[in-house]
Amino acid sequence: MLNRRLLRAVAPVAALALALSACADDNKDKVKKGASAVASGASAVASGASQAGSAVGGNSVKIGFMGDLTGENSGIVIPARNGAKMAIDQYNATNPAVKIEMVEYDSKADPTTAVALAQQAIKTDKIVGLVGPAFSGESAQVGPVLEEAKIPSITMSATNAKLAANGWKYWHRMLAGDSVQGPGIGEWIAGPAAKKNVFVIDDKSEYGKPLADFVRKVLTDKGIKFESDSIDPAESDYSTAVNKAVAFKPDAIFFGGYYAAAGKLLKQLRDKGVKDATFVSGDGSLDKGLVEGAGAANADGAIVGCPCLIGGSDAPDPKVAKFAVDYKAAFNADPAIYAAEGYDSSSMFIAAIKAGNTTAEAINTFLVTADVPGVSKQMKFGPNGEVSATDTYIYQVKGGKIALLGNSKDAKLG
Amino acid sequence: MWNDFVTQFWPATIDGLSIGSIYALVALGYTMVYGVLRLINFAHSEIFMMGTFGALFVPYTLGITTPQTGFALVGIFLLMLAGGMLVSAGGAVALEWIAYRPLRKRGASRLAALICAIGASLFLQEVFALYVIPRVFDRPQQGRNLTPLPRIMERNELFSIAGHAVRLDQVIVVAAAVVMMVALDRLVTKTRIGRGIRATAQNPEAAVLMGVDIDTIVRVTFLVGGAMAGVAGALYLLAYENTSYFIGFLFGIKAFTAAVLGGIGNLRGALIGGIVIGLVENYGAILAGSGAWKNVITFGVLVLVLMFRPSGILGESLRQTRA
Repeated sequence: MLNRRLLRAVAPVAALALALSACADDNKDKVKKGASAVASGASAVASGASQAGSAVGGNSVKIGFMGDLTGENSGIVIPARNGAKMAIDQYNATNPAVKIEMVEYDSKADPTTAVALAQQAIKTDKIVGLVGPAFSGESAQVGPVLEEAKIPSITMSATNAKLAANGWKYWHRMLAGDSVQGPGIGEWIAGPAAKKNVFVIDDKSEYGKPLADFVRKVLTDKGIKFESDSIDPAESDYSTAVNKAVAFKPDAIFFGGYYAAAGKLLKQLRDKGVKDATFVSGDGSLDKGLVEGAGAANADGAIVGCPCLIGGSDAPDPKVAKFAVDYKAAFNADPAIYAAEGYDSSSMFIAAIKAGNTTAEAINTFLVTADVPGVSKQMKFGPNGEVSATDTYIYQVKGGKIALLGNSKDAKLG
Repeated sequence: MWNDFVTQFWPATIDGLSIGSIYALVALGYTMVYGVLRLINFAHSEIFMMGTFGALFVPYTLGITTPQTGFALVGIFLLMLAGGMLVSAGGAVALEWIAYRPLRKRGASRLAALICAIGASLFLQEVFALYVIPRVFDRPQQGRNLTPLPRIMERNELFSIAGHAVRLDQVIVVAAAVVMMVALDRLVTKTRIGRGIRATAQNPEAAVLMGVDIDTIVRVTFLVGGAMAGVAGALYLLAYENTSYFIGFLFGIKAFTAAVLGGIGNLRGALIGGIVIGLVENYGAILAGSGAWKNVITFGVLVLVLMFRPSGILGESLRQTRA
């Protein structure tokens, strides 16, 4: 009797454990640590698996990567993950004295999840540096945690301007922030594109609202007429903003937000007859998801600004071209947004570790003074953690592809 | 503000009616199940989500990626409706059979069924995000991204009201929703099975004593409610041309709100509630000056209505619907 009862109690637990470990194995290559609180058991199994898998022998340190790897806006994070991973794989292939293991944390862009994962990264995995978090909202929450633990981080894509104003000593950014991107796009709308009537929409997020505000400020300064609205990106129907735009008859529309909402918004605008206004957005919309969401015909001609440089294998700069060739060989895709910035962020940590710095503190000290050539730009951080380079580039959707139009200072509408 | 309201009144009305009809169709499922089982079926939002994917499956398997016209368009549209209804109705019946019936047979509390519904809702979302979208729709690694429907119907202007265009897709959405609701109303008031549904809603025990097979009635209720959500899913897909595993969440809450607003348990109330929510959120957002205020206004109105009329606008329930 006792046996049967015991069996009955143990069987589901055993089955569950089996299922969890199967899950963990399944996902090991893609995402080592599930973000959600699926059960601490699952992540314990997963981290066990990853430790067993990393029997590198001798010295090795861990670098984390954090961002939305499976969520709605993961399209602008995965290229950065690929870039970051490629740099580390290339470095490990040279058989260095100290190898680097990259640990991925899928925050799904949720700040609460990101903080929990950051704590796990610090306490359990003992990372010495973090590439990420990818987005501004999660960065604002994770920043203080890393600061307290004295772990250096380099984000490859969080562009909120306020992040640099926190006085964080361990935070760095591999691309220019919104205080560069916003005015860059705003001045492009007013200058080279010569628009007179602009409708500015934001998604009220930590990223979209301030970016739109920078654009509004430039338009105000230049005396260009504009009207504003906000949307809730979780909604399906943006008809209020769209109807307002129809009534306003703009010749350009700026949207501050991510591509999932940008695609839906652009489609609804075009369907309601706002056909001639140029649709302009920021780096959060620089993804093929914009084209897919809006439909290729609707998306044609849409403009996306970005403080990032995406070059193909035909790029004039040999460094950029070589990166594009290597990336294509590794992932069977052309480098997309932030791939180069992700690669550079990893490279910066690699440079620090090559120079003999293997603790978080020593790496951070190295980052303060380092001045290293990267793929996307010369990598040098200012005292507030911002990278020194300040270029914004303008891209345009042509025939379903997003192509580089030029620097925001002089890019002409084709 | 007021100027905006005047200039945007007609477009907002057209949009409100079109999205309101979809809310109403989803609200029917909440209200019918509540009427019969006194259960708030929170998984109904996922039944709607499944309907959008059921409808999406049709153009996806047929490989249609360009706008169609004439009979081809009508055929595809009817197939999409059928696909949505099939998947949603099947899902709803399966859900009842797997998740709710065992609880009912054991006489579990309503709270247990409610928790079970929330669990089923999360389960279905994750199944779609992790399996159905990546595997069935062949979008690996994109389970949580929006899944687009290629444009299968040109968005032509059909006629205009006060200078504002009314498009074909908006007319189809409203017309299809009205047809379905009339059909459902006939089903409940005129047929034998409808009489069974009403009897069960009034008094389950007496209905059983009078020879009503309560299991069949419950199954039919889920089937019909699911089919309505499937139609809503197909119409939604046609109107917005995208869907995702998470689409049901906000939509489900609004449809549920519509059901409560109209008087939960009341079929015609669900219709009125849906249309009212659709219109109020569009009018309110104009007056508030920004679309971001939509939800604040919608749920503010809900609170107000319930404060002064706790049983909803129509107030009367399925129980008292006269034949």
